[in-house]
Amino acid sequence: MKKRMLIVFGLVLLFVVNLWMVAETAGKTVTINFANFSAGGDNTKYLEEMRKIFEKKYPNIKVKVETIGYNDYFTVMQTRIAGGNAPDAFELNYENFATYAKKGTLLPLDDLIIKNKFDTSVINKNALAAFTANGRQYGLPFSFSNVILIYNKDLFDKAGLAYPTNDWNWDDLLEAAKKIRALGDKIFGLYQPIQFHEFYKVVKQNNGSLFNEDMTKFTVNSPQNIETLQYMVDRVQKYNVMPTEAQLAGMGDWDLFKSGRLGMIVTGSWAFPDFIRDCDFQWDIAVEPGIVRKATHFFANGLVLNKETKKAEAAFEWIKFLSSSREVANIRVDAGWELPAVTYPDVIERYKKQALPANREAVFASLDYLVTPPVIEQFAEMSDIMGKYLALARDGEMTPEEALNEAQKELEQKIKL
Amino acid sequence: MVYKKGQKITTIMLFLLPSLLGLLLFSLIPIGSSLYLSLTEWDVIGGPPQFIKGDNYLNILKSEEFWRVLKNTLYFIILYLPLILISSIAVGTILNRKYKGIAIYRTLFFIPVLTSWVAGALIWRWVLSPEYGVINALLGYIGIKGPGWLYDKTWAMPGIVLASIWKDTGFFGLIMLAGLQGIDPTYYEAAEIDGAGRWGKLWKITLPLISPTIFFVTVISIINSFQLFPQIMVMIIDRNFAAGHVFVERIYQYAFKYYKMGYATAFSWILFLLIFLVTLLQFKLQKRWVSYDT
Repeated sequence: MKKRMLIVFGLVLLFVVNLWMVAETAGKTVTINFANFSAGGDNTKYLEEMRKIFEKKYPNIKVKVETIGYNDYFTVMQTRIAGGNAPDAFELNYENFATYAKKGTLLPLDDLIIKNKFDTSVINKNALAAFTANGRQYGLPFSFSNVILIYNKDLFDKAGLAYPTNDWNWDDLLEAAKKIRALGDKIFGLYQPIQFHEFYKVVKQNNGSLFNEDMTKFTVNSPQNIETLQYMVDRVQKYNVMPTEAQLAGMGDWDLFKSGRLGMIVTGSWAFPDFIRDCDFQWDIAVEPGIVRKATHFFANGLVLNKETKKAEAAFEWIKFLSSSREVANIRVDAGWELPAVTYPDVIERYKKQALPANREAVFASLDYLVTPPVIEQFAEMSDIMGKYLALARDGEMTPEEALNEAQKELEQKIKL
Repeated sequence: MVYKKGQKITTIMLFLLPSLLGLLLFSLIPIGSSLYLSLTEWDVIGGPPQFIKGDNYLNILKSEEFWRVLKNTLYFIILYLPLILISSIAVGTILNRKYKGIAIYRTLFFIPVLTSWVAGALIWRWVLSPEYGVINALLGYIGIKGPGWLYDKTWAMPGIVLASIWKDTGFFGLIMLAGLQGIDPTYYEAAEIDGAGRWGKLWKITLPLISPTIFFVTVISIINSFQLFPQIMVMIIDRNFAAGHVFVERIYQYAFKYYKMGYATAFSWILFLLIFLVTLLQFKLQKRWVSYDT
């Protein structure tokens, strides 16, 4: 009898201790808030998959994910930060990253990286470097895509042209575009947007730059840059291998390509899933042609921590996981959701093995020529001022020289470097 | 019931409290703080506002952009105002007759008003498309090469005006209808006996008698024109296209894209003052043409 009592007592004690331990660990669970826009639409389910794996790996951290549409995202973030309500971790596109970092809204990650012994070499170094400002690391890359030349093989065949190779330069590009344009009144040779991002990169192909060496002055109207813009504008105005805005008539450039009426388009690798789904003709990719040298663009969205967060450790685990873990990279590759910014050879192999486009090597070959966009506090404003004058030149309302002179003047007046 | 003096005020205040509180929280306090913000430099995310006195106002008035925006807005008003007056009077007149099933027509004309601007503007973007749009196709049949509409600096605003007329005619037409129905039919009978024709009746009876309604429509549509926004945002995709820059669009751009909240609020105060002055002027001028005797 006594023995049985003892056993019962022991069991009860065990149960109580167990309860207490469960309660204890449960009390230690940290919940972090995470806001993003990338997972909008089709990608929500993949982010959810990532979250589940993360919470299994780190049972003490719960993540509350909030996905906000891109169009409202930055307005919402702005209001939240002003109201002291910002999430612990969130996503920023490059333009806003520059502004947020320069204004001191973000938590520098350097100490956390050292403390966690995080080996950042698993992240593509250009993508990682993009998220530094004033010599400190403020973000980790989330999604990553670069810009390549995508071409319609059927139109090349029809025009009897050889396909673009990685050795092509501006002249090859223009010649091919002219021959494709000659195929029909509504068929165009090439589309490359004339706006800040493209121009920033294309001037580099011509050994120019929009800034001086130490980023203290604008050099927008240098002779090389005028020459570059002339070349870009001639494609629209003189040769009309690229449609004018009126010829495009509200049709998106991707739609023009997908309709089979465009020979070549300079755009991001994020177009792949769309083109795979919608193109009923053969297409492939090549590294974007340069002239004096090659320069290619990439776009990355960054993951950052709110300076005011009280859960920096847990939030850092989460963004580290999203940015660099093999699990996340594989989900991305399988889903065709942009390019993971990691260097794991097996992940890269897996990416290259995906069916289309055939020449996936070009995506990686392009990484050798990446140019990083400038980190400027007034990024959005600068890019719009530039865009306004580029559009005036594109539409033939100003010569490239006038446009760039005016742009230089206005930028000097309004943008602090 | 009989109240003592103090008691009465307390009772009144108690009943008014809910709406006064709403007014205070959602109108008066925001108006006051925006006035303060317009005198500061504030980027929203990087710390508290810095007081800079009237610099924002001076910078706006000195900028080429402000005058361009004003010019674009006036261009819109000059095209829009006469057209909306004509079309709403026409619609009001049509709807004022006694057809069978007139209610159906009234509903049809009113549908665009109920449509969301985003949906409507998306449709209009395609209607006005230079290559694929209905309007240019119709012009093509009669041998006219249609303009580039939204992609052309001269034709962008007229394109926006067309869409706005489509959207607003139903609403203002209904107001005109109310005005028209207030006219005593005996005036027309008397005029007919005196030998007045259609035009005579329109100019001598209809228009003077609905002049208060016309005045109302004019004031409201000018205020709306200054605040032109959704149709611009949806129909003109390229935010760098200077012919599509208008007040509210710029305010939005400065506040939420360029992180210049102080500058943006100053811009909106200037907009308020402009609307205020223009409306004041209209009230002064109305004595010359609006008649309130029926």
